[in-house]
Amino acid sequence: MNIPIITPIQSTTLETKDVKTITFAHPAPVIPGQFYMIWIPGVDEIPMSVSRITLKTKAITFRDVGDATHQLFQLNAGSHIGIRGPYGNGFTIAGKHLLFVGGGTGIAMLAPAIEHARKQKVKTTVIIGVKTHQELFFEQHMKRTGATVYVTTDDGSYGEKGFASDLAATVLKKEHIDAVYTCGPELMMKTLHKLCKHIRFQASLERYMKCAMGLCGQCCVGDGLRVCVDGPIFDGTTLQKITDFGKYHRDAAGRKIMYK
Amino acid sequence: MVDISTTIGSLRIKNPTMLASGIMDEDAGSMHRMIRSGAGAIVTKSIGLHAREGYPNPTVLELEYGLLNAMGLPNPGIDAYEDELQLLKKSRVPIIGSIYGATPDEFARLADTMQHCGAAAVELNVSCPHAKHYGMEVGCDTQLLYKIVTAVTEQVTIPVFVKISPNVTNIVEIASAAEQGNADAIVAINTVKAMKIDLETRQPILANKTGGYSGRAIKPIGVRCIYDLAQHIKLPLIGVGGITTGQDAVEYFMAGASAVQLGSAVYYRGPDVFRAVCTELKDWMSAHGYTNVSQLVGAALP
Ligand SMILES: Cc1cc2nc3c(=O)[nH]c(=O)nc-3n(C[C@H](O)[C@H](O)[C@H](O)COP(=O)(O)OP(=O)(O)OC[C@H]3O[C@@H](n4cnc5c(N)ncnc54)[C@H](O)[C@@H]3O)c2cc1C
Ligand SMILES: Cc1cc2nc3c(=O)[nH]c(=O)nc-3n(C[C@H](O)[C@H](O)[C@H](O)COP(=O)(O)O)c2cc1C
Ligand code: FES
Repeated sequence: MNIPIITPIQSTTLETKDVKTITFAHPAPVIPGQFYMIWIPGVDEIPMSVSRITLKTKAITFRDVGDATHQLFQLNAGSHIGIRGPYGNGFTIAGKHLLFVGGGTGIAMLAPAIEHARKQKVKTTVIIGVKTHQELFFEQHMKRTGATVYVTTDDGSYGEKGFASDLAATVLKKEHIDAVYTCGPELMMKTLHKLCKHIRFQASLERYMKCAMGLCGQCCVGDGLRVCVDGPIFDGTTLQKITDFGKYHRDAAGRKIMYK
Repeated sequence: MVDISTTIGSLRIKNPTMLASGIMDEDAGSMHRMIRSGAGAIVTKSIGLHAREGYPNPTVLELEYGLLNAMGLPNPGIDAYEDELQLLKKSRVPIIGSIYGATPDEFARLADTMQHCGAAAVELNVSCPHAKHYGMEVGCDTQLLYKIVTAVTEQVTIPVFVKISPNVTNIVEIASAAEQGNADAIVAINTVKAMKIDLETRQPILANKTGGYSGRAIKPIGVRCIYDLAQHIKLPLIGVGGITTGQDAVEYFMAGASAVQLGSAVYYRGPDVFRAVCTELKDWMSAHGYTNVSQLVGAALP
């Protein structure tokens, strides 16, 4: 069976004015980087990466960007959502010094990977890139793991002014980094990918998803790679062959939408 | 030596396992992958004149014995899809263009473009169980179906396949209308109309409420349809519905199919299912002393 299971929301946390974390009971094991399909009955079902992993509970952290996320945003402890998953492959976390680069809400799905790395006592550097200070979340949470945390803002309202990928370039020059993990706007990830020709690289891709079961073909990139099953995490070598990476994605009808 | 190549009228394919419409076939890259996975032919996603987003999610569920879907015919529209087809022009295996419309004229225009883009055949989707004004709604009206098939066969020179629905009282009557319209083959079956209700929220889970059931659960329905058709229709038949192993394919051949299509099996056994089914088919045939698929076709018929 692969159907949404109605689950009560255990708690919610407002991270910023439009980012919320929803925690629910879910005892099954999950790998950082995997995602759930979240059913808001009567509205839609959307992919959401796991943002917090404990033995008995899991969480998702999301931005209110449209119809389904807006409805989800209104829900509080005790409300019910449908959960299915986890889906996808998840990160492979290995190396002596790791760099994580999260753009926008991207830090949400990197958080469990960072926590995992720190539990293994791996040296970890985290860059959180946001447009402006008001959009920043998970900074303290990441600092508590013992990682070195930097923040960039496009407008300079907090941390370093500039893009996360610019700061990443500086870190990569100064430090010996074994692997880079990223999630965020695709053009940012593309820039990082170019910086990481000789460093192990893993990026989490986002594509419009329907079945999440590797069947409908809606989420495919490159030569038939299904983001829902073969991804959402792809390594540097694979990304090299995905010609659409950083160029376009597809809407619900399968039409190409160029990144700009 | 076992030869598993087969023919559907004038179309020859190197193995009898075709990719069913709507699975991993919305873009050229996906279809490339299915070709690499060993599919003998590719049927494209059902394409219409204009882009369609399809229904909101949930669109696909896995139930105990099969899959339930209500995609709602999402597709980028024939103009955008032409770009994908151009990338497949050099393909080693035949590409069969699945199309849907509401009128004979729409079908004829779509078929014309498919032919122009190098399609080896067209498959008319007159059997989708969950799209208003399309699919089954046109495929259950024998007069309209006859007009559609006639319009398409008069428009194009490539073979015209008609994919029909099991959700009718008399499947032979529908196929006869297609035969009279000069169709070249009948494809059966599309999904079986079905529903899944969530007990906690007391509502159907699919956003569209009803959907189409596929996978192993519907294989006996598909086999029965092919068996009935084989006795009344002279056209070549293509069997679809629940085929997951080489032996499932054998069963369809014995009922009268000359080739088969696989859809849900891509979920159950992964994209490499085509190669696996072909190997199983060859093994079964050699163990039972068959050397050619044609020896199996219709073997179970009275
Ligand atoms: C594997 C994966 C993991 C994700 N994890 C997170 C996460 O942890 N936090 C987070 O905030 N967001 C995440 N997203 C993005 C999230 O799924 C979309 O923001 C959400 O679907 C928007 O739905 P909506 O109805 O609110 O917006 P809409 O108004 O419907 O659309 C806004 C945009 O969201 C995207 N979108 C809509 N529906 C889907 C869908 N079914 N699949 C993919 N994208 C869609 C489209 O690109 C669209 O342009 C993830 C996406 C994927 C593919
Ligand atoms: C997700 C999904 C999408 C489908 N989309 C189409 C479609 O666009 N056009 C069509 O003619 N059939 C479509 N079908 C039906 C299949 O082509 C096939 O007839 C049916 O699933 C039975 O075969 P199976 O049991 O091997 O899946 C779809 C089936 C599934 C599961
Ligand atoms: S969402 Fe259907 S194949 Fe990935």
